[in-house]
Amino acid sequence: MFGMYNKPDTDNFLDTTAQGLIGAPLDRPEGKLKVTGTACYAAEYVLPDCVEGAFVLAPISAGTVKWIDRASIAGMPGVLGVFADDAMLRRAAQGTAGKAPAQGVQTVDYFGQPVALVVAETFEQAVAAANALQIEYAATDPVQLDFDPEAETTPVVDAREDSAVDQGDLDQAMRDAIHSVDVTYRTEAHAAAAMEPHAAMAEWNDDHLTLRGSYQMIGHNVAELADSLGISEKNVRILAPYVGGGFGSKLGISYEAVAAAIAARELARPVRVVLSRQQVFRAVMRRSETRQHIRLAADAEGRLTGIGHEALTSNLPDEDFAEPVTQATDFLYRGEHRRLAVKRAKIARTPAGSVRAPGEAVGMQALEAAMDELAERVGLDPVELRLRNIPERHPSSGTPYSSRMLAQALEEGARSFGWDRRKPQPCARREGDWWIGMGMASAARVNMMMPAKARVTLTPQGGLVVESDQTDIGTGSYAILGQIAGETLGIPIDHVSVRLGDSALPTGAGSGGSFGAISTGSAVLSASRAIRKTLASRLGCRTDELVLRDGHAAGGNRSASIADLVGEEALVETGRIKPGKTAMQYTQASYGAFFAEVAVNVWTGETRVRRMTGAFGFGRVLNAKTARSQCLGGMVWCIGSALTEELAFDRRDGHLANPDLAEYHVPVHRDVPDLDVILLEERDPAASPLQAKGVGELGICGGAGAICNAIYNACGVRVRSFPMTLDKIIEHLPDPLAN
Amino acid sequence: MTAVTTATLTVNGTDRAFEGDPRRSLLDFLRLDLQLTGTKKGCDHGQCGACTVLVDGRRINSCLSLAIMHDGQQITTIEGIGTPEAPSALQSAFVCHDGFQCGYCTPGQIVSATAMVAELEWGWASDAGHDVADAPLFTEEEIRERMSGNLCRCGAYPNIVAAIRSTMDDPA
Repeated sequence: MFGMYNKPDTDNFLDTTAQGLIGAPLDRPEGKLKVTGTACYAAEYVLPDCVEGAFVLAPISAGTVKWIDRASIAGMPGVLGVFADDAMLRRAAQGTAGKAPAQGVQTVDYFGQPVALVVAETFEQAVAAANALQIEYAATDPVQLDFDPEAETTPVVDAREDSAVDQGDLDQAMRDAIHSVDVTYRTEAHAAAAMEPHAAMAEWNDDHLTLRGSYQMIGHNVAELADSLGISEKNVRILAPYVGGGFGSKLGISYEAVAAAIAARELARPVRVVLSRQQVFRAVMRRSETRQHIRLAADAEGRLTGIGHEALTSNLPDEDFAEPVTQATDFLYRGEHRRLAVKRAKIARTPAGSVRAPGEAVGMQALEAAMDELAERVGLDPVELRLRNIPERHPSSGTPYSSRMLAQALEEGARSFGWDRRKPQPCARREGDWWIGMGMASAARVNMMMPAKARVTLTPQGGLVVESDQTDIGTGSYAILGQIAGETLGIPIDHVSVRLGDSALPTGAGSGGSFGAISTGSAVLSASRAIRKTLASRLGCRTDELVLRDGHAAGGNRSASIADLVGEEALVETGRIKPGKTAMQYTQASYGAFFAEVAVNVWTGETRVRRMTGAFGFGRVLNAKTARSQCLGGMVWCIGSALTEELAFDRRDGHLANPDLAEYHVPVHRDVPDLDVILLEERDPAASPLQAKGVGELGICGGAGAICNAIYNACGVRVRSFPMTLDKIIEHLPDPLAN
Repeated sequence: MTAVTTATLTVNGTDRAFEGDPRRSLLDFLRLDLQLTGTKKGCDHGQCGACTVLVDGRRINSCLSLAIMHDGQQITTIEGIGTPEAPSALQSAFVCHDGFQCGYCTPGQIVSATAMVAELEWGWASDAGHDVADAPLFTEEEIRERMSGNLCRCGAYPNIVAAIRSTMDDPA
């Protein structure tokens, strides 16, 4: 069933079923394993004779490895080998690459690139030997390298993706505008910083490689790993049933997998390689810093006539990926004169790639802060400004929107938050040593479907097994895939089991771009509906008459237990889906709105988020508990992006100065107040046959802008540089002793 | 370095002999030697709290401690707090309140919270209190302050606090 998704599915099948699982806030089925420490992550398998690998990273930003002095560690206890193979990765694969990334570690492209793997009997021996290994480098002259994306000498190119828009005459629109904003915002580079460091355990059995790894997209990862090693995909199996967070950083095959495989083949023993936390920071894909020039032209009533969003991002010279900063600006607001462009500066720093919501995560926060500036100029409530600028059709292509809950999110969120209590003037509310302010922002994130397959088995006992290589990186795949199958086939959830994260299973979409649930979920729905059809025919009724509930089938005045209908042989179906015409014919996105209240210290400029509300519409909610958690997590990222997160690169030599969790500040418990999440009920038939859209990234798309706007409302300081640390606020604060 | 050292640690009630490299951290002893992999390695530098265990009832980052330093001491790991068949009240509350997503920081959060509740009961002061001389209140702000050594990148914090609150006898 389904195949290419060419036509919106308006049957809303999941509204007609009877089991009551869809949308229910069920606990995660793997929850008990996770809370008892019995879920097994990549580095935690017990393999006989397993040895340990430790990477050596380059202490230069560009050049070559001239000589590795293997003798320098030859006498150290336990050392088994030094690997600096031509096949070892110089960087990780970008998401969905499906082939080997740059290989050959004798060339150094950035400070912190892995150049050698030392393997020893024990972890301590491997780390000590890696630290002691003498390597001679030929460094490129630093004056030939650019470490600063904004330096005048830095080469800059247009982003490869065809995202540029140049429509009408924005310059003229700005001149003609009654109200306008012309500002530049900056965001700093971010780390995904998943709690589980990148890890791989490689084990060969003749020509067959089994890799236990921490990866998000197994299907692509098998191809990337096989290509990197020059072997057939048939000889590679990847297992990743539990992944300790990814956020984009584990989309592509990475250093540890290829190096572990090479070492394990050579030593004929299993090899485990885990990156240290510092190595994760230095070598794993970062989110690019951005400089964003935003222009907004509006008429007297605040209706946009023009919108400009031109961004500078960075990456290594030969990495094409450019943070798609303007992705949501493309469709979010009206304005016939438009100019959107993303450029990429070629610099020698840790490679840039996808980090949770690439594009919108930083693009939306800047756009939404600029919109706040416009609202003030027009003299309009910021919520009303956004409501006035929701376009009827895509402002460039003219395509219709699929279901869109932006207006409802703005209104519901405002009501729930108590937005009407906000005073429009800054510095209007002070409590002791704190200025108090409120700010808001829209949320938007593109919706994507990816090809996916899944297998559903209905057993003779009336149990269900759902299988796919789809990963669950904390997103809730185990929960929602079981719910979809159980709902469709009327099987209680405790008779449903879900097996994921094994490349031997049908290839799901993987976890990335918020597409896992709708893509692999649609494949599960497809397989389940095929089984349903068989059950209807065995019962002797039409499919649309069939009611399946609690293991019983009824329809056409007949009834039977589902187990009896299955008989002695399990019913097995594989479902498939691929994106089709609906992806082109409709502008699809998930939407929402953020409302934040902050306190800014009148003396120090320290900002604390006191409360935050997010209202989100992302189609059908598949599990209200896990969906809410995705939104909560995104909002926590908003707080980090707004106030603390910043990779600090040394502009003289390109080295990362804060490569750990002590110096790169992700939000901690006390940075996060109780967050209020409102899930708006919605059906989006164009998005998927589930009428569901992506939710994993929506919660991070714009919320830092709401915090920026709340800081302005609190103390009158407009910070156009994220994160909004104390130093950027304190010098502009009003006199705390003035009345 | 070839020195071999020995110690006997009582881990989850069972005596376990350590014999080996004195550089072995308590965390790696648990994970690699005892295969108690519920205790997680997130940073190996005492920055994330994923490796939290109890030593004689008090929480520590096991990555910042060597196995040989704990001769004769009682170590409690997440496996000693509860099992899938018989989880502790706090472990069940984490499931019910969805106090985790990827699950990697979760054992550390739970072990840490188990000790944190005891510290509150013992009257230990924290930055969230008004006066160090006063008995601390069981407020959400106290929980947040006292749990701030346990990072969660999935951002499950509000649900973690809710899970902890739900198991406390005397919520303020």
